[in-house]
Amino acid sequence: MLKVLKQGFFTTLQDQGRFGYKDKGVPVSGSMDTYSTKVINALLENNISAPVIEITMTGPTLEFTADSYICIGGAEFLVTLNTSPISLYKVYKVKSGDVLSYAKLNKGLRAYLAIKGGFKSNMVLNSASFYFPITNKRCFKNSDEIGYVECKDFNPKISHLKINSLLNTNVLEVAKGPEYNLLNKNQIKGLFTTLFSVSNQYDRMAYQLQETIEGLSYSMLTSATLPGTIQLTPSGKLIILMKDGQTTGGYPRVLQLTDKAISVLAQKKFGDNVILKLL
Amino acid sequence: MSDYTISIRPFGQHAILIEWPNRVEEAILEDILQFKAYLSAKYLFPEKWEIIASYNSLTLVERNFPIHFNVLKFNLNKWYAERNLIKVTRESYLWRLPVCYDKEFAIDIEEVANKLNTTVEEVILMHTKKSYTIYGIGFLPGFMYLGGLSASLEINRRESPRLKVIKGSVGIAGKQTGIYPQESPGGWNIIGNCPVTMFNPDVDKPVFVSVGDKVEFFAIEKAEYDLCVIENEAGVYTIQKNKINA
Repeated sequence: MLKVLKQGFFTTLQDQGRFGYKDKGVPVSGSMDTYSTKVINALLENNISAPVIEITMTGPTLEFTADSYICIGGAEFLVTLNTSPISLYKVYKVKSGDVLSYAKLNKGLRAYLAIKGGFKSNMVLNSASFYFPITNKRCFKNSDEIGYVECKDFNPKISHLKINSLLNTNVLEVAKGPEYNLLNKNQIKGLFTTLFSVSNQYDRMAYQLQETIEGLSYSMLTSATLPGTIQLTPSGKLIILMKDGQTTGGYPRVLQLTDKAISVLAQKKFGDNVILKLL
Repeated sequence: MSDYTISIRPFGQHAILIEWPNRVEEAILEDILQFKAYLSAKYLFPEKWEIIASYNSLTLVERNFPIHFNVLKFNLNKWYAERNLIKVTRESYLWRLPVCYDKEFAIDIEEVANKLNTTVEEVILMHTKKSYTIYGIGFLPGFMYLGGLSASLEINRRESPRLKVIKGSVGIAGKQTGIYPQESPGGWNIIGNCPVTMFNPDVDKPVFVSVGDKVEFFAIEKAEYDLCVIENEAGVYTIQKNKINA
């Protein structure tokens, strides 16, 4: 078990999300920064869909009650195992009684913690990803316990990886969305020449950008939306849907983020700059 | 079945959009659902593909791999042209759902009646006499976009949305009516409450309705509502349904 001593701001369990329920209105959910979670699961030689802990803004304090191996990724926090600071993308052995603490956030927004074999949780609609009220829990609370299987011995093929971090870029690569062809020259210019910043409206459902462009009034029938869909409202706001975003919408879908760009944006917070780059 | 002009457009690395003419029309929805059934039976199997039908569109989403737009577009045009050669049967249902229009739940029904220059009884009558078509499911898990509201019940959404609308609330706004499957913020005018759970993540089929099904409402008293809630929680409530020929 992993005991939650301090819950942090918004600490959840996430995997690759729910597949096959979009036509019933169920969001995909899953890890916001899949790029980071894939790497840490790979280092622990876990299945790609092994559940990891997603940590947002203010990290938790966690105590291990069985031996295993862990790896952390994503945002750069000051993380200590007992009293020693630990590094990103490196496999560490943990013993029963060890305490992992997240302190200052230095760069990015969302950090990930993976354990050998993955964290255990009730699967709801084939996924461990938290999404209230599909899952009973919205996020972990103090004194919650998170299951994992003890692992006494593991020799990783690679124990430390230097990765090309996505935390240093502010470029969001996009493809044209289904309603891109409704845009005029001025709107296209606005999309690709504006230095945007993340507004205070940002969470796992959607990121709204602070700067506006010329609006688009178009009466369209409700149609599917995806994580990474950029909607343009009549007042010129840009709303980027993320992993917990609703599955349908009525605003023109002008652009679509690549998978990598979703991971880049997942690490941005209020005030951070982003620019859009058409592939 | 008539052929429509369809437009096929890219929707990012993993998805593609097929759009029919921009109209709310049962014949269009029927053609969309028939094509969806054909695709998932013959070419785009559910293990790899999600197909989302809504009003005048189908969105196809590949689970793992990037799609090749031009190849898929070519194939989709070919498959659309051949879709009627093999008949794929598709089942759809008419669901009859109870609604309690008691004032305890119907917090906006008097205002609605006043604005529409009619009575509360007449609002209930108009709401229960029609058969509604499910044109889409979204916004919230299990939220149905129902078309077919009586023109005499058309009313604007509330000027400012409520921060909290309770689970089961039945609302009307514009040409639409629907049920809030969970507590949520909402701007529709609330005229009743449906005690049947519209979304249950603990069963294989979390939502019993599908796009293309039909829904009718019938009025129940508060006592029946209370009984229905208990039966629902115990899992013994039987929802009235009839198969309709697709």
